[in-house]
Amino acid sequence: MTAVNARSVDSPTSDGSHAALITLENVRWHVPTPRGLVKAVDGVSFSARDGEIVCLVGESGCGKTTTGKIAAGLLTPTSGRVLYEGRDISSLRGDDFKRFRRGVQLVHQDPYASINPMHTVGATLSAPLRRHGFAGSSSAARKRAAELLDLVDLTPSSDFLDKYPHQLSGGQRQRVSIARALTVEPRFIIADEPVSMVDVSIRISLLNTMLRLQMELGTGFLFITHDLALARYFAWGGRIGVMYVGRMVELGLASDVVAKPQHPYTRALLAAIPEADPELTRTKTRVELRSLEIPSLLRLPTGCTFHPRCPQFETGLCEVSVPQLRAPGSTVAELDSSNVHAVACHVVARG
Amino acid sequence: MSATVASPPSTPLPGMAMVRAFGRPLLALVRQPAGAIGLFGVVFFLLLAFVGPSFVALDVKTKLGKEYQLPSSEFLLGTDYQGRDVFSQIVHGGRDIIIVATTTALITTAIAVSLGALAGFLGGWFDTVVLAIADIILTIPQFPLLLVLATFVRLNNIVLLGVLLAALGWPALMRAIRSQVLSLRQRDYIEAARCLDLGTGHIVFQQILPSMTGYIAISFTLGMINAIFLQVGLIFLGLVPLSGNNWGVMLQLAWVRGAIFIKGGLGYILSPVAAISLLQLSLIMLARSLEEIFNPRLRRGN
Repeated sequence: MTAVNARSVDSPTSDGSHAALITLENVRWHVPTPRGLVKAVDGVSFSARDGEIVCLVGESGCGKTTTGKIAAGLLTPTSGRVLYEGRDISSLRGDDFKRFRRGVQLVHQDPYASINPMHTVGATLSAPLRRHGFAGSSSAARKRAAELLDLVDLTPSSDFLDKYPHQLSGGQRQRVSIARALTVEPRFIIADEPVSMVDVSIRISLLNTMLRLQMELGTGFLFITHDLALARYFAWGGRIGVMYVGRMVELGLASDVVAKPQHPYTRALLAAIPEADPELTRTKTRVELRSLEIPSLLRLPTGCTFHPRCPQFETGLCEVSVPQLRAPGSTVAELDSSNVHAVACHVVARG
Repeated sequence: MSATVASPPSTPLPGMAMVRAFGRPLLALVRQPAGAIGLFGVVFFLLLAFVGPSFVALDVKTKLGKEYQLPSSEFLLGTDYQGRDVFSQIVHGGRDIIIVATTTALITTAIAVSLGALAGFLGGWFDTVVLAIADIILTIPQFPLLLVLATFVRLNNIVLLGVLLAALGWPALMRAIRSQVLSLRQRDYIEAARCLDLGTGHIVFQQILPSMTGYIAISFTLGMINAIFLQVGLIFLGLVPLSGNNWGVMLQLAWVRGAIFIKGGLGYILSPVAAISLLQLSLIMLARSLEEIFNPRLRRGN
């Protein structure tokens, strides 16, 4: 751990604790298709401070992966901006852009596709180390690669350096993928459903490894998942954003979102989590949705996109205008102050 | 297999992935009959053409009264129209053919792979320009163009012939490589490499191309096959005034001298045909089994 540079733990305060490391401003990803315009991401805004954990939760197809790729700078949003340290990443050039590139890393969902099958683990980790001068020689790169493997709990690291991906399990590959992201000492890691393709029995240990990295290295996380139970566990000290077909419907401290869910969709999601205790699950109050059908991105409902399913639907209000994400009784501008619990719902906002 | 995995070199050198990608399949190659025969045939012809001449002197002495002899213990493959030993000509005649084929295949593959990979990965104007050039070359029928070129260029240098064949041969392979790269660049690990800012050179040559080694190896072999047909065709038509001795020249001389009409000329005219066909057959069998070996699902079986 001593090998990890010192900037990690104390920089949030030195930068001013409220300065956002990465900010998405009204980001849209609209794709024209032969059958119409697909609004995969439609006006998503949130920010993350140095070392903060933000979880994006939503059903498959709600645009959370696209949002993650936009935040990583791998997709250019059709409108809206991504700010890194307060600067628009599309305006960054040369070394500034390289700093952003190295500062924000992505861990893919599928560990079977995200590691080059032709390279050993050692080679996979050495390439970025050598390229960006974190290791001056190949032996130094190998040594550092071993440290990184230790860091992600692949021990003894010497057993793994010369292995090919196909000799590793899904969980081990995902750890390699995390170690690879760590080679460039990022400040923010976007983890796109990192445990969804991993055996259930090792999910928690993988999550714990990432939580330990957040504590020890001060790395921030954008954790994307479809599973609110995982988000609840992973983001307990951070924030949870709930997405529904391309829009953020609720954003707030994890403890607030879980204990006092405001948006009817969040309530439905929370109510649907099965508890380990079957007795508890049975006695949970179910949220009755009016429909179980997720709308097609090609034919989105008017107004609030959730209104055809919403148990609190009010005619003449919900299907007419799009509700903005705001804390009840406050303005959208206050969203940056991170303790705000914001909801995009007419009925809830009215109080 | 496990031994190769347990004790690799401690320092990953650039290009090591390429070497590993080739080393392991070579073992698998000799395990299947077609591959083993193909490999044996290719090695046999390489030895025949490059080592053979040191042991068998080229028979240049005209022997009256021994013209057009059928194979015998004295002349293994018979004699030609001047009574010279055909076997010695076969031994000496492979070198040029193989050098031209290899030169052509090397240059073709090098141009096609680098241009195709870069065009596929970079896209944009580079892609447009490369595709336009390739399409122009592809639309011109190759063999007639070679016929015309051969009358203008004095093709008495075997390397020059190889370069000329390669200059016209790369577009088809380039398009194939490009389309493979277009699909490979969508992979998650390429996205991860872009995210890590590993650079275009590294991504194309270390991340994308190694997974295509099988395809490239097959294309190399097919390029050799094509080059052999083209050059023998040109020589047979008498458009490449290659001096000296090679299977193409032998075949042309045998044809022009009318060996086909003489009973004793059988060995003379059939020997170069057999040599060319057997070399081609070996290459084809090698290419076919390479195809099976580089199938990733088979490769993973260790």
